[in-house]
Amino acid sequence: MRTQFTQLENFGHSLRAQSFVIQARTKDDVLSAFKLAKEKNLTVTARGAGRSYNDASLNGGGIVLDMSAWNLIQEWNPHTGQVRCEPGVTLEQLWQKVEPDGWWPPVVSGTMKTTLGGCLSANIHGKNNFQMGPIGEHALEFTAILPTGAEITCSPKLNADLFYGMISGLGMLGIFTSITLQMKRIYSGLLSVDAFPIKNLHSHLSFLQDNAPKYDYIVGWLDTTSSTIGRGQIHGARYLHEGEDKNPQETFKLKNQTLPPRIFGVIPKSILYILMKPFVNNFGAWAINTGKYISSLYKHSFKQSHGAFHFLLDYVPNWELSYGKHGLIQYQSFLPKETAEFVWTQLLKLSLKNNLPSYLGVTKRHRPDKFLLSHAVDGFSLALDFKVTDKNRKKLFAMLQDFDKIVVANGGRFYFAKNSETTADTAKIFYGEETVEKFRKLKKRCDPHGLLESGLYRRIFGKS
Amino acid sequence: MTDQTASSPTGKLAPATPLNPRRRALVIGASEGIGSALTRKLAKEGYSLALISRQKDKLQALCNELNTKEKVALSYPHDVTQYDEVPSLLQKIVADLGGLDTVIFMAGVNFPPGGNDKYNFENDRKMVEVNLIGAMAWLTPIAEMFQNAKAGQIVGIGSVAGDRGRVGNPAYNTSKAGFATYLEALRNRLTRHGVNVLTVKPGFVKTEMLKAAQGGTPFAIEPEKAADDIYKAMRKRKQIIYTPFFWRYIMFIIQHIPSFIFRRLSF
Repeated sequence: MRTQFTQLENFGHSLRAQSFVIQARTKDDVLSAFKLAKEKNLTVTARGAGRSYNDASLNGGGIVLDMSAWNLIQEWNPHTGQVRCEPGVTLEQLWQKVEPDGWWPPVVSGTMKTTLGGCLSANIHGKNNFQMGPIGEHALEFTAILPTGAEITCSPKLNADLFYGMISGLGMLGIFTSITLQMKRIYSGLLSVDAFPIKNLHSHLSFLQDNAPKYDYIVGWLDTTSSTIGRGQIHGARYLHEGEDKNPQETFKLKNQTLPPRIFGVIPKSILYILMKPFVNNFGAWAINTGKYISSLYKHSFKQSHGAFHFLLDYVPNWELSYGKHGLIQYQSFLPKETAEFVWTQLLKLSLKNNLPSYLGVTKRHRPDKFLLSHAVDGFSLALDFKVTDKNRKKLFAMLQDFDKIVVANGGRFYFAKNSETTADTAKIFYGEETVEKFRKLKKRCDPHGLLESGLYRRIFGKS
Repeated sequence: MTDQTASSPTGKLAPATPLNPRRRALVIGASEGIGSALTRKLAKEGYSLALISRQKDKLQALCNELNTKEKVALSYPHDVTQYDEVPSLLQKIVADLGGLDTVIFMAGVNFPPGGNDKYNFENDRKMVEVNLIGAMAWLTPIAEMFQNAKAGQIVGIGSVAGDRGRVGNPAYNTSKAGFATYLEALRNRLTRHGVNVLTVKPGFVKTEMLKAAQGGTPFAIEPEKAADDIYKAMRKRKQIIYTPFFWRYIMFIIQHIPSFIFRRLSF
């Protein structure tokens, strides 16, 4: 079994760990990795695109299964919209396959680089979470290999406990080998988008709540550098109805979906992150956020391709490098609609008081789901990006621990594709002892020798 | 070979997160002198540590001291001349530490012959076996790992004694000169792969080793001062440093004394 000692990073370039990497392309690769781990007393983590902001795909000193080359779309049926994929298939591959036939993945993340295995493990959500739930609700079936060596097939009916456990299970119960998803029918390559200016947090949240039912997607941006807490902009988008787009075959074309390679037709976007660097500091972030707020002060509507609307994180390639050598972290909290305004007012005020403003704040509307390690609530989420520097680490850590206390005390939850500092004690509180116990039992059954471990697992579940 | 607390594959070290990144360092020769001073410094700076020394009791005492608040150090009693043990021990350390960012080799022995007319091959051999071959036994597999990982830092503690062969202690000079050359070669191999190789050349430092030295020991410093200098150089990813700094100039002069004079001198 060939292993390569490699230093891997998280998406935010804020955490690094060296591991023994094994390329996995077949079931046998997975089985022999488990065998090697057992022999050498090591642990194993699967890694897709490495797009999580925390330690979910890192396993310092252990084995990392690189799943990214196990990426064939095995079966696509343009009549039923069902697609069967290998676990390393990315959302990019998927939508480019199904969109020309008039289908779209029902749930996508803000970047299209994520792999389906990673998407199911984190049970990702999109800007339509309040309508469509997380991606797991659109999984018809999957197959997986457990660390025991067993191969299993799961669906909402077959091995349902594992279906609801492995989706959202952070990759700690088994390794996906094949995933079948249901796509959503679309009648145009364009979305109809409305943009609204928002004055403060109260109107921000009530707007999200009142207007979400009118749209298929809704997402808010808020100016995190302003003392007027919650001012910003909300975008609502809806699919076009059948017939609304006179020539859907044209708008379906990939060339009308893919993001332009140059800004203003001149500046290659591949160097844009370097030009952004001077603005990734407190003053620059204030200037950009203020400028964005002023320019968003009018209500307007437009049509936008799916690709451009969804994959904002891919608009500037390598944007995360603009945060400098210590990278960034994201803090995303999910709060019930009753407490969200109270909590986020406190959080944003605290960050301004500590002179540790977030440089980007994004809100979404959510609804609960029935997956085991669910991060969802009937409420909202707020994602905050923070720059990490050698100097701010201690202060930022202390502030985020305070954030965690406030969020959890008000019925909030966290999402482990994002949060990197949440401790085991906090996780236990918001998941609830019962859920943690249920997960541990499932883990014991699937992985009796504890072969699957990631940095994230050790952090939020301790040693089982 | 290793203590029980480190036997689980994950160890029980505090987890690394972006805001508490816990760089992982292996210190070979950690139990006394500059080694223990630097180890304490690294623990204070938030490192996770794997410590190696052949002096089991001293090592355990140091480990206990560092682990009072939370577990940051793991101990691995080992004699660097047991070359065959290195590969498996290294693998275990990488697993226990959760990776490896920095390796500091400072195991060293010095047996002065006790006079300019004394010769002792057994002692000479021991010095080369520890100071040079021991270093190569550890740093060779580590260099290979770091080259593959395209990251890492190797710190070797040489000595001003390696800058010139002198009458007092030919084999010690040789072991340290050989080590410095070895590190230079590693530097030339690894810099292009993103690995930093730092050679540290201390002057006189007030350690056990100094007590054995013959002759005068001018400008001797405390090991803590040397540790601070080394840590600063590590963070700046420097190539070669002298500690204290002025030894660079002293050694520059000594290196340029012509042989026809140098061979008549008595130091």
